[in-house]
Amino acid sequence: MAAYIVRRLVWVIFLLFVVTLVTFIVFTVLPAADPAVLRAGRQPSPELVAAIRKQFGLDDPKIVQFIRYIGQILPVFGHDGVNFGYSYQSNQAVLPQILNRMPATIFLTGGAVVVWLSVGLPIGMISAVKTGSWLDRLTMGVALVFISAPVYFFGLVALFLFDDSIGKFKLLPGSGAYQDAHTIFGKAEALIMPWIVLAASFAAIYARFLRGNLIDTLQEDYIRTARAKGLSERKVIFKHGVRSAITPIVTLLGLDIGILLGGAILTETVFNIQGIGRFAYEAIVRFDLPVIQGTVLFGAFFIVIMNLIVDILYAFIDPRVRY
Amino acid sequence: MAAPLLEVENLQVHFETEDGLVKAVDGISYTVDRGETLGIVGESGSGKSVSSLTVMGLTRSRNARISGAVRFNGKDLLGASDDDLRKVRGNEIAMIFQDPLSSLHPFYKVGSQIVEAIQTHKDVSKAQAYDRAVEMLGLVGIPEPRRRADSYPHEFSGGMRQRAMIAMALANDPKLLIADEPTTALDVTVQAQILELIERLQSEFDTAVVVITHDLGVVAEMADEIAVMYAGRIVEQGNADTIFNGPEHPYTWGLLSSIPRMDAARDEELVPIPGRPPSLINLPGGCSFHPRCPYVRDAHKRVDPVLEPIDGNPDHRVACLLDSGARKKLWEELQAGVTPQAARQDVIEEGAA
Repeated sequence: MAAYIVRRLVWVIFLLFVVTLVTFIVFTVLPAADPAVLRAGRQPSPELVAAIRKQFGLDDPKIVQFIRYIGQILPVFGHDGVNFGYSYQSNQAVLPQILNRMPATIFLTGGAVVVWLSVGLPIGMISAVKTGSWLDRLTMGVALVFISAPVYFFGLVALFLFDDSIGKFKLLPGSGAYQDAHTIFGKAEALIMPWIVLAASFAAIYARFLRGNLIDTLQEDYIRTARAKGLSERKVIFKHGVRSAITPIVTLLGLDIGILLGGAILTETVFNIQGIGRFAYEAIVRFDLPVIQGTVLFGAFFIVIMNLIVDILYAFIDPRVRY
Repeated sequence: MAAPLLEVENLQVHFETEDGLVKAVDGISYTVDRGETLGIVGESGSGKSVSSLTVMGLTRSRNARISGAVRFNGKDLLGASDDDLRKVRGNEIAMIFQDPLSSLHPFYKVGSQIVEAIQTHKDVSKAQAYDRAVEMLGLVGIPEPRRRADSYPHEFSGGMRQRAMIAMALANDPKLLIADEPTTALDVTVQAQILELIERLQSEFDTAVVVITHDLGVVAEMADEIAVMYAGRIVEQGNADTIFNGPEHPYTWGLLSSIPRMDAARDEELVPIPGRPPSLINLPGGCSFHPRCPYVRDAHKRVDPVLEPIDGNPDHRVACLLDSGARKKLWEELQAGVTPQAARQDVIEEGAA
């Protein structure tokens, strides 16, 4: 097990290096906009642009620039500390800004996970057990709507209906409320709508996924054995059926959490939450290369790490898995 | 004489599907006495598994149409409520299945799966149930049962898994054990061990056994009575000796000549039954075996044979339109090495008359 984890960690490092290299190539080697011009502001003088080029070392060979960037990520050969470089826009170090925005993203993701699991899983189980009933058809139909509705549509509809300043029914704090709230409860209240909007499509996907899994599982021979033992239908379904059907959910959940921790871009943008996603979105709009690179690297990090955690968890959930 | 342990009377199990009504079991009757072994033989799709799953109430569903009667110890099982039936399942009637790996839950330890079976029906503590589980595992020949009870099914070999299934089935000391293709998924060497084990435990526990199989070799070793099923019906029924030595249905002949025999000459070829089992939605008219029967006459395509005792042996029943005398002659010729294709027409004609 320990050897397996070490081996996987080496892979994690290699993958993150590849991600760094690819983002670097995409944004600097392939021609896009000239970062020095972007940095210089409106109608810059050629001298200013040249000065900026020199300051950021943009005229150095690409390989030198890449190694310099690696130095800003790793503590081993960096000269001015681990800072993921400096934003072209604000000239501030990237890492502290990302870390500052971490809590908002974690809070948003965590709450949404709770919402979609507590809604999606029961619905999935009920519709699997009552396959073909009106309840099954209704919930699966609604699920399809939520899967199909993008966050920027569903989020705007939610704001239009329930925002406490502009909504038809002034119920919940809406866009920008997260920043304005200062207590943990205030922030939680501000996140109610984003949680629901973000969780909606996930709840729908999880419900359908679990339903399908559970229907398949209930056809298994060991379910027939459980019935032949004389177990109650409740025990057959929950102890024997759900136990197997829910296991693959762990994989799905790990990946989804990893992706969202890297920034729930759409939700954070619609509700103006200053999380990593919103930060990345703004950086992309302004071609702020160091910030883009930093957020991409963070996103990749969470996905790879969550994958590793899922694989390790499997050794505990599924007795057939051994490392 | 006391009433039989299990009495199945004119049992019909039909399933409504999108393609039509599937007549999986179409009016079968049999009885099993205490401590006796009944072998139900047939190809896949002959309804042999469905009939015994129905005895357990495991085919109940919205689209199943079940009629007839199943009485166990005088108790009606078809009309019993789900709750009453649950008290019988795994307690008085237990079942083991074909594939012991997929029949055990992969996420639970073998011991705890047996404990679950015990605690469902007996009001005992977990520790007591566990001791009983270990005892059963030892009884079915699993070495170091206390340690192995703590293993998962995938850590067992195929034969060991089937032993564990048997331990679980017999843990509550059932009066009837239904074994659905108990050896089909196992190595030949292990098959004999499992059959021996079932026989030994059967006499030890005085359990009646219904063994379902497509393999006449299995029933030859175990069964007192044999029922041969084809397309949802019993086509021949009798004691093991009769079925092996004086079978009267062409389908039974086909089954017998398609099993390899140790005492046959090495170059003797196995004779498969031509064709495939019929669709249970669209059964052939008349005798449902007629499309595959080498002795078919035109009349057989119109008249439905009934299962009736043959002269001189009320316990041997056959559903065949050939004349009993003709059947006896044809079987003798088959024994003498005459192929069905070369069977004498006059003998068959005689039977058709």
